[in-house]
Amino acid sequence: MLFLALETSCDETAAAVFTGDLAILSSVVASQTALHAPFGGVVPEIASRAHLRNLLPVIDEALRRANVTLAEVGCVAVHNSPGLVGALLVGVSAAKMLAVALGVPLIGVNHVAAHIYACRLAAGRDIFPCVGLVVSGGNTALFRCDTPLSLELLGNTRDDAAGEAFDKVAAILGLGFPGGPNVEREAKLGDPKAYAFPRAFSDDARLEFSFSGLKTAVLYACHGQNVTKATPPPAGPKRADLAASFQAAVVEALTLKCKQALRQTKLTRLAVGGGVSANQALRSALSAMCAKEGAELIIPPLDLCTDNAAMAALAVEKYRRGEFADADLDAQPNFL
Amino acid sequence: MLPLTIGLADPAATDALGVALGERLFAGAVVALDGQLGAGKTRLVRAVAAGLKVRNLAAVNSPTFVLIQEYAARLPIAHFDAYRLGSAREFAELGVGEYFEAGGVCLVEWAAKVADVLPADRLTVTLTVTGPDSRLAVLTAGGPTHAALLAELAAALNSTPSG
Repeated sequence: MLFLALETSCDETAAAVFTGDLAILSSVVASQTALHAPFGGVVPEIASRAHLRNLLPVIDEALRRANVTLAEVGCVAVHNSPGLVGALLVGVSAAKMLAVALGVPLIGVNHVAAHIYACRLAAGRDIFPCVGLVVSGGNTALFRCDTPLSLELLGNTRDDAAGEAFDKVAAILGLGFPGGPNVEREAKLGDPKAYAFPRAFSDDARLEFSFSGLKTAVLYACHGQNVTKATPPPAGPKRADLAASFQAAVVEALTLKCKQALRQTKLTRLAVGGGVSANQALRSALSAMCAKEGAELIIPPLDLCTDNAAMAALAVEKYRRGEFADADLDAQPNFL
Repeated sequence: MLPLTIGLADPAATDALGVALGERLFAGAVVALDGQLGAGKTRLVRAVAAGLKVRNLAAVNSPTFVLIQEYAARLPIAHFDAYRLGSAREFAELGVGEYFEAGGVCLVEWAAKVADVLPADRLTVTLTVTGPDSRLAVLTAGGPTHAALLAELAAALNSTPSG
């Protein structure tokens, strides 16, 4: 039994082919990151139009790499929530059309739940129940995941997502796009203790995040009272120290809230998804914390962390339960 | 109508302004928010949403990545963020016009980047960083319905409009 899955929730157009026993036969992502770079992180073209242009070639490539034909597909899956509604609709409409044309069932998958499920794919075995952290450009949230399909929100960010904070601090420091890797590289040259940046909610049990105050603190440490007419600082020890201290604050805040979530839920597994989990400092800190707490840490390889369609293999769980979507499957922009 | 200038001594003052504004927003209201990174735009939006009795405050955060977020509240809230957009045309192509006509409340971060496609009759809030915790808010009405809102807000906050 073969599944074809589509992902168009935000910037990436992606398709994947996998089997009913979770073997990923292909996973294709038409990354626009290279296109974004010259524009400093600005979307060069509206996502939905880019998805329209990319989707059919990406599907063809996914089928080709899996060495299967469209006629062999037995189920079509699509991320239908959350995301930008116009972007989601491209994938949802294409998935519906394919399901009808092929006469096969359609399954709608939650993109955030799929990020956690990527850990199940990477582990190659059941990982539930677990605490799930989804940390990316669009999300920074903790969940209690009793099953692959039941996500209970433990805490969310009040303002910026962690990946967004990396991008915006990269802009403040003049480090360009993509912010995550650039700040991480700069941080390696600096002292993470040079600046005492705030860790929001570090002294209470609330499982919430806030990175906006941190952004302002970086702005002030960088420019002092001249924040309103600030230009990025030149390369040098100060810039490196700012990057290192910023990254340390984000990593510590994420790690602390994961530790609190493990303790509060009494669960012993932490599954981490989303593009920020590529950050090595975060991986090391989570790894050390989990070792100390006696918990197991699961972080997938990079291509399963960032937005992709393979993680929509969560559809296999829904297929087993007979949870199929009707022809009126809608794009649901809201996360909560 | 003259702009309304409000000194915000700390984040709590930003919250108070946002709640007072949210309580007074009407169907079709458009609030444009400007100010540099870290000025407090998203924080103000959270407070406006709280003033609008948003059903789930935990859902209200920065839409920078996803561009548009919607929240259920006393009036439906559409929360836009133009930070990543290159032009007003791109913003228009997201279908934002439909939101302006939908009878909810539209809150637009980084509005100056897309001012050309915003309704002229709107409330513009510009936040300026004046210290690590303090901000200056300048509120400007672009047309009659939002001028009435601004007058009401000024009276409620017991401030005097000033140039």
